[in-house]
Amino acid sequence: MVRLNLLLLLVVMLCSLGVVTSQHKARQLFQELDVQHERTRQLEVEFGQLQLELSTWGTAPRIEKIAVEKLGMRTPDAETLLPTAPTGGASR
Amino acid sequence: MMRFKAKVAHKFAESPLLELRLPAWRSRLMALLILFSFVVLIGRAFYLQILDTDFLQEKGESRYRRDIEITASRGRIADRHGDVLAISTPMRSIWAVPPAVQLSAEQTQQLATLLETDAQALTRKLTTDKPFVFLRRQIPPPVAAQVAALKLPGIGQDKEYRRFYPTGEMTAHMVGFTGVDDRGLEGAELAFHGKLLGTPGSRSVIKDRRGQIVEEDVGAIKPPQDGEDINLALDSKVQYLVYSQLKQAIADSKAKAGGVVVLDARTGEILALANWPTYNPNNRTDLSGAQLRNRALTDTFEPGSTLKPFTIALAMDSGKVRFDTPINCAPGRLRIGTATISDTHRYGVLSVAEVIQKSSNVGASKIAAMLPAQAMWAMFDGVGFGQVPALGFPGAVSGRVRPWKTWRPIEQATMSFGHGISVSLIQLARAYTVFARDGDLVPLSLTRVASPRPRGEQVFSPQTAREVRAMLEMAVRPGGTAPRAQIPGYRVAGKTGTARKLEGGRYSTKKYVASFVGFAPASDPRLVVAVMIDEPRGKYYGGEVAAPVFAAVMAGTLRTLGIAPDAPLEVAQSAKPATKARL
Repeated sequence: MVRLNLLLLLVVMLCSLGVVTSQHKARQLFQELDVQHERTRQLEVEFGQLQLELSTWGTAPRIEKIAVEKLGMRTPDAETLLPTAPTGGASR
Repeated sequence: MMRFKAKVAHKFAESPLLELRLPAWRSRLMALLILFSFVVLIGRAFYLQILDTDFLQEKGESRYRRDIEITASRGRIADRHGDVLAISTPMRSIWAVPPAVQLSAEQTQQLATLLETDAQALTRKLTTDKPFVFLRRQIPPPVAAQVAALKLPGIGQDKEYRRFYPTGEMTAHMVGFTGVDDRGLEGAELAFHGKLLGTPGSRSVIKDRRGQIVEEDVGAIKPPQDGEDINLALDSKVQYLVYSQLKQAIADSKAKAGGVVVLDARTGEILALANWPTYNPNNRTDLSGAQLRNRALTDTFEPGSTLKPFTIALAMDSGKVRFDTPINCAPGRLRIGTATISDTHRYGVLSVAEVIQKSSNVGASKIAAMLPAQAMWAMFDGVGFGQVPALGFPGAVSGRVRPWKTWRPIEQATMSFGHGISVSLIQLARAYTVFARDGDLVPLSLTRVASPRPRGEQVFSPQTAREVRAMLEMAVRPGGTAPRAQIPGYRVAGKTGTARKLEGGRYSTKKYVASFVGFAPASDPRLVVAVMIDEPRGKYYGGEVAAPVFAAVMAGTLRTLGIAPDAPLEVAQSAKPATKARL
């Protein structure tokens, strides 16, 4: 009888230690998760800022300015344009 | 002696006092009272622990549980291809609690440098008796981190969002802007404020001694709802084209103001809308009302001859005239009551089609005289004049169409060529979709429309719409009023308008509004473009001022959208800008 009780006591102690460690691990993992969540938010913010930068660099006035000033491009005159219909002859 | 001693050293239990007989009820009463207080205590404990648990639970939780707010960002506004037009990015605001601030001269200097002010201005702000002041709002997070690193007492910071508009003044009137506290104040920002706005969420967590979150109450998480992203129907490329052409035209004609609207005739989407003057929404320090106004929607003008096709379409629809019915326009003048209506040229007998082609006021007035006032009013109402366009856009106006019962014959005549009636540019552009489509009026849309809409409300019969379309094509060909609206490779249809401006109740002889509304390709119209130039100096005819803008915008837009040319090449190459243009 005494031996059985001691055995059970041991089992209970082992179990309680197990609970303590798993709780600790859960908390650590939770903190890790939280850090990653925070990172997600930061990356989202960064994505937004990069999108902003992208559209700032890609605005039409800037592209035109570079095309005209740096690359010396120009819009062709109406006389030099020959429109072509895609399906052989004008679609009437 | 012994006896005496023994008496002194007697045991407590032998004390003679104890021999007093107390009444038995006293001890019983005491026992009962004690028992009763225990019952009360147990009852109270039972009440607190089992019945009314919230109070203690809350008290306990408040010692370790924290509610953290999760901020939600405002939605983005993008064009139809997803190019960003407005976006929020987190910034910091620096505040101070002046009574708690104690800074050394050196610290003040450091802070002032970081906040980009001078030390004196900063000191002035900090010496007020207000309990709270913002030192600077919307500074970039890296600078805010430097401020935080100074660890100054009484100075803190908050997270807030700032809105950026990468396309700047190009799209200013369409996109609008928000105030410092993220409220939409103008344009799409205001029109879609409810959708764009996010709702902040919250989470309930348990923190340990070091302030780290160790546990979270999963059931109590309220996820933040970021604002919805709005995809406008706007096409950035077309918008730029429109904006730059308008800017150029205003500079060339030294006009006071102007506006251009581009509509998709099939879906009713607003592909581009630009006004001049405009402003930069990123830097709104000195703004005037003139810059802020979205003229295409908020300003009305007397449209002039651009209204002629409507009256004529009505006359054709009700069987009063055919396209070839002769109308005698000689001698270029018409007296109605005391007023005289005149043409810029003396025409003889014109067919109905030629009345539009040559833009004869006399011809239009004579056709209007055949129509009952009520029918004309119903037609104007049917194409959307006198009604606020159902866009939800802030500040859109209805224009003015007076009730038909008050019309006098002269007024009915002038209305046929667009005087005595006022419309906004967007109304005019939308009204022309009845000719670009088969006589039905399409509802407008600021946002993308997934598939072409079913037919709108029928105003004219499809046959009439097609015939008017052919007449409008004539107006652009040589012999019409706007040969300069031609586009090589495409068949174009449209109508010029040149209206005198009302000044103090009288028509000015110096101030004009030049306009042009048209669509292309005429064989299967896809786009409607309306141009309005307010008070051009020098040349003022719609065919000379507005038509070239129309041609440039339309040609560029057709090319950008990859719409196939529909004109034979010979026509394309012979289309040289003509020199002569009339009202």
